[in-house]
Amino acid sequence: MLHSRKLLFSAAFLVATSLSPLAFAQDFDPDATVNIGSLYEPQNLDNTAGAGQGINEAFNGNVYEALFRLTDDGKVEPVLASDTKVSDDGLTYTFNLREGVSFHSGEPLTSADVKASIERVTAEASKSSRKKSLATITGIETPDDRTVVVKLSQRSISLPYNLSYVWIVNDAAGDITAKEDGTGPYTLSEWRRGSALALERFDKYWGTKPSNEAAVFQYFTDATALSNALLTNAVDIVTSVQSPDALQQFSDNPEFTVSNGASTTKELLAYNDRVAPFDKIEVRKALARAVDKKRLLESIWGSYGQVIGSFVPPTDPWYVDLTNIDPYDPTGAKALLAKAGLANGFEFTLDTPDYDPHPIVAQFLQSELAKINVKVNLNIITANEWYTKIYQKHDFQATLQEHVNHRDIVFYGNPDFYWGYNNPKVVDLIAQSETAASEGEQTEKLKQANQIIAEEAASNWLYLYPQIVVSTTKVSGYPVNGLNAQFFVSGIRKAD
Amino acid sequence: MLFVLLRLLPGDPANALLGVGATSEQVAAARSQLGSDQPLFAQFLLFLVNLARFDFGASFVSRAPVLGEIANRLSVTLPLTLAGFVLALLLAVPLGIVAAVKADKPFGAMISVVSQLGVAVPVFWVGILLVTLFAVNLRWLPSGNFPLRGWRNWDDALTAMVLPVLTIGLVMGASVLRYVRAATLDVLNSDYIRTARALGSSLPEALRRHGLRNGAVPVVSILGIELASTFLGAVVVERVFNLPGLGSMLLLGIQQRDYPNVQGVLFVSTLMVLLVGFAADIVQRLLDPRLRESVAS
Repeated sequence: MLHSRKLLFSAAFLVATSLSPLAFAQDFDPDATVNIGSLYEPQNLDNTAGAGQGINEAFNGNVYEALFRLTDDGKVEPVLASDTKVSDDGLTYTFNLREGVSFHSGEPLTSADVKASIERVTAEASKSSRKKSLATITGIETPDDRTVVVKLSQRSISLPYNLSYVWIVNDAAGDITAKEDGTGPYTLSEWRRGSALALERFDKYWGTKPSNEAAVFQYFTDATALSNALLTNAVDIVTSVQSPDALQQFSDNPEFTVSNGASTTKELLAYNDRVAPFDKIEVRKALARAVDKKRLLESIWGSYGQVIGSFVPPTDPWYVDLTNIDPYDPTGAKALLAKAGLANGFEFTLDTPDYDPHPIVAQFLQSELAKINVKVNLNIITANEWYTKIYQKHDFQATLQEHVNHRDIVFYGNPDFYWGYNNPKVVDLIAQSETAASEGEQTEKLKQANQIIAEEAASNWLYLYPQIVVSTTKVSGYPVNGLNAQFFVSGIRKAD
Repeated sequence: MLFVLLRLLPGDPANALLGVGATSEQVAAARSQLGSDQPLFAQFLLFLVNLARFDFGASFVSRAPVLGEIANRLSVTLPLTLAGFVLALLLAVPLGIVAAVKADKPFGAMISVVSQLGVAVPVFWVGILLVTLFAVNLRWLPSGNFPLRGWRNWDDALTAMVLPVLTIGLVMGASVLRYVRAATLDVLNSDYIRTARALGSSLPEALRRHGLRNGAVPVVSILGIELASTFLGAVVVERVFNLPGLGSMLLLGIQQRDYPNVQGVLFVSTLMVLLVGFAADIVQRLLDPRLRESVAS
């Protein structure tokens, strides 16, 4: 009897230990190197010096941390700020810094580093896309080593969100275009331009220890070469598959996992709303109804991606499904054109960037719009020409472009933006949303603005790109949404 | 010419640094920082002065010194091109001679047909076929991907180079083979070979003593052109095999209007082409005493 009790106890102990986190921890190699394949090579290592989106992918949350971070599911959570106090008028933010944080160089994190880091982004020479968003900052005070006080000229409900883009850099680091000194869980161990960038676990990291020892970002210029690298185990993960043709070989293969996450990249037909006939709402709505977006998306991405009814992706807090405002309806489109005095149709030039998927999309639009007697003349241009002709000079009738950022509906609140949409009510709502006293109020204002731009068909939002991550089945724990091109590697586990 | 042609391209280097959302103040500041807001003549003068000091400046985008980056990239492109060239010679010279000697036999005809096929197939296609066969299906070799530590990981670097070198060697070899075959056929039909045979030499001996040197003269000039064009065209192979060479630096530089990088790469490429042409001339003079005499006279 005693013997069988012992056996029972031993069996129970074995079951319990096999289900414990310790047992799970042994399913992966904590000293593994994770090889990550990407198409986005950073041009330098400083996100305020025009390094491109690749530097966010490799460094955000990995090498550098911010006061806050945007999580993979779109939430803003504190990282280096342990505590935040906002004054009643919303014009003063007081951040207390986390204790025990040090830079990779060994120096401790202080409020002076935070002040200098914010000022790097707002400096005259800064090329950061967040510079304008932080323009409400009028001063930064550092009453002690652990406290940062940020003063604003007006309320800015998005300040914590915008600060999630501000890397906290050691003030003494100097030029960081070819080196780093951050507080993140990894240090830069090696970088070979045109090839790869290697990160190594920082053993004195203040937070949770990474699940791997090193991560190597390998850069590719050709999507086929990247797929081949995954097929031959030269890389473990591809951060963002940009070629739908490549997917079949992985989705049908049990050795690989294909994750279909949430993207923030929108493909849109942007009209120049300043010029005829696109200054008429009826014309814009007619074109929105004349395009079968579901068929367009399927022809490019198969079952991946999503049709959207406005500029707001589902990961933005103010998302509402507005696809029913201008559904596919060629007959209704013709009626709207007639109402606008263009019953016989019209002709316009579509400036089309010369890289995928724009030329294919342009041809699809040409064929769809011909059905309502609208003739589209295609003008293929390079990315550089697009920037000069369209973005700077506004010299166009319509164009195609992909917009990658999270929370970028605010562009419709700027009448000087390249598409020239100008509705004072929307301008006011977007301005008010930023000065809102609560996130609820901000969300409500932006929902209203979103509804108006959708009803006025400010642009023709064709579809939301898919965010597809493909990996071997050996690895898990990677981000699937990759918002704003971030790719946190700390939680990636690689099987033995 | 390089300077002017680059600046005739539409676009502005400041654009490459700033994405959608940049303000006009940011664009102006970037132009001022890059010097692209200066008059073209002033930019040209500065370019000439720096060139005289062999200073290509720093990349507009990465801010890395251009010369250092070119040296880094050459450590991939140069071995790739030279090894491909040597392989092409090893394939083309013996097979070209055999194809000529056996011109009226099925084996000679087969070599000609295969070499014609090699010339007709684009280099990237050969690369993709080799990757599919040896990397994806057989898993014998990597599909390129030069190691992060470069030649310090010499074994990984060497294996990464095998398929790209094979690609260049096969395509260049097919082209050179046709020239070797044509030159050998000319030699075989020459009077001096006929005389040597009449005096009792066997064909291999007549070819070795009299034919090879004569046949090599036109082939060397073609080899110079082939080597130079392969050096410039390595960009295609670098892309297929994801190698961080000079070609990918040039392509990216053009896309980003990174004038210092593009000017530097084109200058070094032009220099290499001139050097190869010069070396080919010297080899020709060493092979053919008539050329030396014409220079002397």
